[in-house]
Amino acid sequence: MVDMKETLIPVVGVVTDIRIDTPDVKTFRVVTPDGKKAFDHMPGQCAMLSIPGVGEAMFSITSSPTNTEYMEFSIKKCGCVTEWLHSMEVGQQITIRGPYGNAFPVDTAFAGHDMLFIAGGIGLAPLRSVINYCRHYRDRYGKIDIVYGSRSMQDLVDYREIIEEWSKDAGVSVHLTIDREQPEWDGHVGFVPNYVKELGFSTDKIAILCGPPIMIKFTLAGLQEIGFDKTQVYTTLELRMKCGVGKCGRCNVGAKYVCKDGPVFRCDQIDELPDEY
Amino acid sequence: MRKISLANLDALFAAIAAEETLYLPQDTEKGAVYAEWCEGATLSNALNTVRSPKDFFFPQTENLMDFKVEGKSIEIIDTRKECEDFVIFGVRACDVRSFEVLDRVFLSEPVDTYYKNRRDHGVIISMACTRPAETCFCQTFGIDAAAPEGDIVCHKTEDTLYLDAKTEKGETLLARLSALTEECDTSAVEAQQALIRERMAKLPLANLSASDFGADKTMEFFNRPEWKELSQSCLGCGTCTFVCPTCQCYDIKDFDTGHGIKRFRCWDSCMYSEFTRMAHGNNRLTQVERFRQRFMHKLVYYPTNNDGLFSCVGCGRCLAKCPINMNIVKVMKTLGGKDNG
Repeated sequence: MVDMKETLIPVVGVVTDIRIDTPDVKTFRVVTPDGKKAFDHMPGQCAMLSIPGVGEAMFSITSSPTNTEYMEFSIKKCGCVTEWLHSMEVGQQITIRGPYGNAFPVDTAFAGHDMLFIAGGIGLAPLRSVINYCRHYRDRYGKIDIVYGSRSMQDLVDYREIIEEWSKDAGVSVHLTIDREQPEWDGHVGFVPNYVKELGFSTDKIAILCGPPIMIKFTLAGLQEIGFDKTQVYTTLELRMKCGVGKCGRCNVGAKYVCKDGPVFRCDQIDELPDEY
Repeated sequence: MRKISLANLDALFAAIAAEETLYLPQDTEKGAVYAEWCEGATLSNALNTVRSPKDFFFPQTENLMDFKVEGKSIEIIDTRKECEDFVIFGVRACDVRSFEVLDRVFLSEPVDTYYKNRRDHGVIISMACTRPAETCFCQTFGIDAAAPEGDIVCHKTEDTLYLDAKTEKGETLLARLSALTEECDTSAVEAQQALIRERMAKLPLANLSASDFGADKTMEFFNRPEWKELSQSCLGCGTCTFVCPTCQCYDIKDFDTGHGIKRFRCWDSCMYSEFTRMAHGNNRLTQVERFRQRFMHKLVYYPTNNDGLFSCVGCGRCLAKCPINMNIVKVMKTLGGKDNG
């Protein structure tokens, strides 16, 4: 019995790189002490990170599974655990367990389709995994559009990667926007939902949304206005979690557990959930 | 079926306790509680224990693992140990059903090894209820107080205890006790069962029906306006969740002992405002939502995921203990009133 694998018992991870993305977002690179990936995952899945004595929390895995060397987590400073993570230095050990949850159907429902990624703020974190997966297997997908907005230019996560890699890919169009005018910004200014409507995409795509609940709500409504069906739109939910395997009860919404039945939901599936997420 | 005279009950308990730790309901100032049997201990005559027996498999607090932290390094220490065999005597039909409800949570993949460890090593000796109380409504959920499940099922009459092994675990234990017990027919037990069923039919909640609730009825009940009034006086104390044999929500917390970090799992309650609180807000802001969650989970969500099985067993503990006298029976009568007169 006690030799059985216990999902609640993590493994040790070492933070090998810390990138400052924005004033309150850092991206942490994590490997095991012998330099390997802690486990394999699919885009959209999550992991529990913890600092013993401080706490454990669920984060989406930002790196793509096609990265065979390490995992990355883009984390916004907003609570006990994340504040501690932000105070870490390279070489710090943490604990990691996972992967948890379902994944975006990158090899099934998404295959062969044009992709429209729409993210707001730290909402880019879970989508970066899918975007880089689609870029890696470029011939499996059609045109890729990425609409990404944040409060300010400084709050755009992964800005360098977006400019230096994503925008230079053939068949990938990046549309950035910030909430308010800034002297050094010559791009679009305005909120994501409006920008999506302005851009007026053709409706033969799969759309993936992630961001603050209010952004998701208005963007989804906007997409429906321009002719998207909810079955074409995916998002990823976030609720408080402790176990990650549908037992501790925290992320229970209706008969679903976001940690195991989600976090990825098609928007028509979300309609089947009571309004409590 | 075997029997033993009640005069020899101590010898029976001593024989069990000789090889396994034996727990049975004993009377204390705070009511009946499961406690380890020792010489001189007597079996409580109370209908049921104040706390449910879920602690045996899912304790209120348990150490999951330890950590040693030195500088930037972390060592994870797996503190799991093989549990020793134990026997729980006198578990009522409702509480035996609660183990099935918990099993479906903790033994489903990925198996909770802490729970499975205890479950594998525990033998359940159940006891039919000869004097069911007015707070009892196990029959609403298809539980027969006259014929509980369990590894060994007992019936206690005025002078005799009847024991019937129902599982391999039960047969092994009963075989060990064969020198103390003797073979008998089932007539006395059948007579008692008829009497129990007669009494059950006369209970005030005998006709309480759960037929309006069940799998896939989320949208039917979630937005009902009655939740507001039902939850109005709820203090959010969580007593119902703590005495409930099937409530299994938990928290994981670390504690720094000064010599290392211990990670604990503790019971938690969906009735608490902190339960779902996140950095970016709380998806259940008021007690209306938290109250609704508890009952929707027992009557709709759990059945949806578990072939229609309800996660209430009708033990009546929450009816007896809620400080504002609100409970699942009132919820069922208010919301699922079609068959509830």
